[in-house]
Amino acid sequence: MSSRTNVSCLHEAKRVAIFGGTHGNEMSGITLVNMWKQNSAEIERNGLLIKPFISNPKAVEKCTRYIDTDLNRAFTPENLSAPDVEGLLYEVQRAKEINRMFGHKGSSDAYDVIFDLHNTTSNMGSTLILESSTDLFNLQMVHYIKKAMAPHTCSVLLNEHPQLKYSTTRSVAKHPIGLEVGPQPQGVLRSNVFESMRTILKHALDFNEFFNSGVEFPPCTVDVFRVQERMDYPRDTNGNITAMVHPHLQDCDWEPLNRGDPMFLTFDGRTILYEGANTVYPTFINEAAYYEKQQAFTTTCREILAANAIRKAFK
Amino acid sequence: MKAVAMPTVSRVAVCGGTHGNELAGIYLVREMLKKRADGTEPVSVVTVMSNSRAAQLCVRYVETDLNRCFTRAALSAPVSETSPYEMIRSQELNALLGPKASAQAVDLLCDLHNTTANTGLCLITYSDHDWICLHICKHLKHMQFPYMLDICYAKAYLCPTSILFLSAMEIGPQPHGVVRSAIFSAMQEGVQLMMDWICQFNSGMLFEGGWVDVYTMVKNIDYPRDSETHVITAAVHPDLQDRDFCLLHPGDPMFLCFSGETLRYRGKEALYPFFINEGAYYEKGVALSLARKRRVQIPSWFVNVDEPK
Repeated sequence: MSSRTNVSCLHEAKRVAIFGGTHGNEMSGITLVNMWKQNSAEIERNGLLIKPFISNPKAVEKCTRYIDTDLNRAFTPENLSAPDVEGLLYEVQRAKEINRMFGHKGSSDAYDVIFDLHNTTSNMGSTLILESSTDLFNLQMVHYIKKAMAPHTCSVLLNEHPQLKYSTTRSVAKHPIGLEVGPQPQGVLRSNVFESMRTILKHALDFNEFFNSGVEFPPCTVDVFRVQERMDYPRDTNGNITAMVHPHLQDCDWEPLNRGDPMFLTFDGRTILYEGANTVYPTFINEAAYYEKQQAFTTTCREILAANAIRKAFK
Repeated sequence: MKAVAMPTVSRVAVCGGTHGNELAGIYLVREMLKKRADGTEPVSVVTVMSNSRAAQLCVRYVETDLNRCFTRAALSAPVSETSPYEMIRSQELNALLGPKASAQAVDLLCDLHNTTANTGLCLITYSDHDWICLHICKHLKHMQFPYMLDICYAKAYLCPTSILFLSAMEIGPQPHGVVRSAIFSAMQEGVQLMMDWICQFNSGMLFEGGWVDVYTMVKNIDYPRDSETHVITAAVHPDLQDRDFCLLHPGDPMFLCFSGETLRYRGKEALYPFFINEGAYYEKGVALSLARKRRVQIPSWFVNVDEPK
């Protein structure tokens, strides 16, 4: 039996968008998109229609995460089908607009690929975020990017959790990819973080161009971290946090956290240990924007995903 | 140098949350407010959340930067209900902590701040004759946390009138909106050591004089910007990023343009950069500040309870 029968033939991925400023204080993506809107030479590729786009311009202007509500949680079916009336939250209006321009979400007219550029205060390094374990195009793309970036590490975070998954801006596209690079404070542009994100995108667009030109990508496996659980800070009855991420856990994104390891340090000096039964791999440790979302860190487990060979379907 | 006698430091103010997203000071002040004074403390401490509205929203300020509302003009301007919140608040704080003649008069004020820059622990004083601040700096070298200790002389900020001595305690790096336990612990220890110094001083201990390195602000440097749009066109160079208080020589890299070009420091004098890439300073047009270092001699210091204030 020829191995060619195991090649998945996928539609051409022609329409690609690069979103910056989904959060108005995450500066790498904002700076890159503004730069490319002015001069797109760096992102042009044969066979691709690439649109750099600022998702939340009002938040960008104020250098704040959002105006009324988090845009990156706003792409729910309820919001996207809400009638156009006065008094709609700014980001809900914006989500509907983005869905019209780049969607509609779930339809065959939707954009093929959206890269959504983010920064985090957590020490996650370069991270690619996937929402599906079965999107072969995306799996092959992240495999390509990881290889191209080596020895610089690119971690892959998979959020397919039925309750913890959320309706992202990029979910409007057929193949959504989140790029998350940290650590970087909100409102700050660090050169090394900026250049890492720029390089990741370069490789991503190269992959896309190769794919569209007919290149076949052999079967591959991808090491991923699958989202398990959200861990909140200990809080008092008024909802104020009573402890901080422990110094032994701070900055240790992607490293194993075992039962009995220090997790939090209270303001009066007491250590709180992790009591989970299994080893987990925490990420998004001490992300500034997640204090209000009741999230000190997210636990993940390691998994290896397999992807078939892929190539563009012949017309 | 002749020893100097100073009056007792009877009342100290510790302020957190002057900027509502600089969390170490906010959480430290909250912890200090939980501990009720029982009247046996050797020094009376007033603990203040300077900008509680901004702290609640976790933003630097609500309408205008509180730390710029302490000029003579701002403190004497007429305010009404429609004035910016921080203008009203600065006058309230001035009334609470400032007036010398009142029973509430504060002798020393310590304003707690965080920065996204890699400054370590930094005491900021507003006068180059602030001997108390320099003595406290010497004392803080006992800290177990491995932070560098420097003092800068800068324009007066949170500065109620008539305070005898004041300084800001700035600790970085910490992102705004985040509390890092190591930073919190360093701030807690720094404040504790400052209190210990004051108690020892008040109880008659003589503090030997000596020499302290002081960094005096010379100028600010802005990012390179597009002449039409005013948008920044470069980031702080990776060779300069995080190198606060490391000497910058003429010709050293300063910015890495998005185009790939390196921009170098063109000044004639080697200076010390600090507040490199502070998040709140983009809107103020400051990428970094430059300072000159000098050794300042401080006199021996002791209390004289009869010394007038």
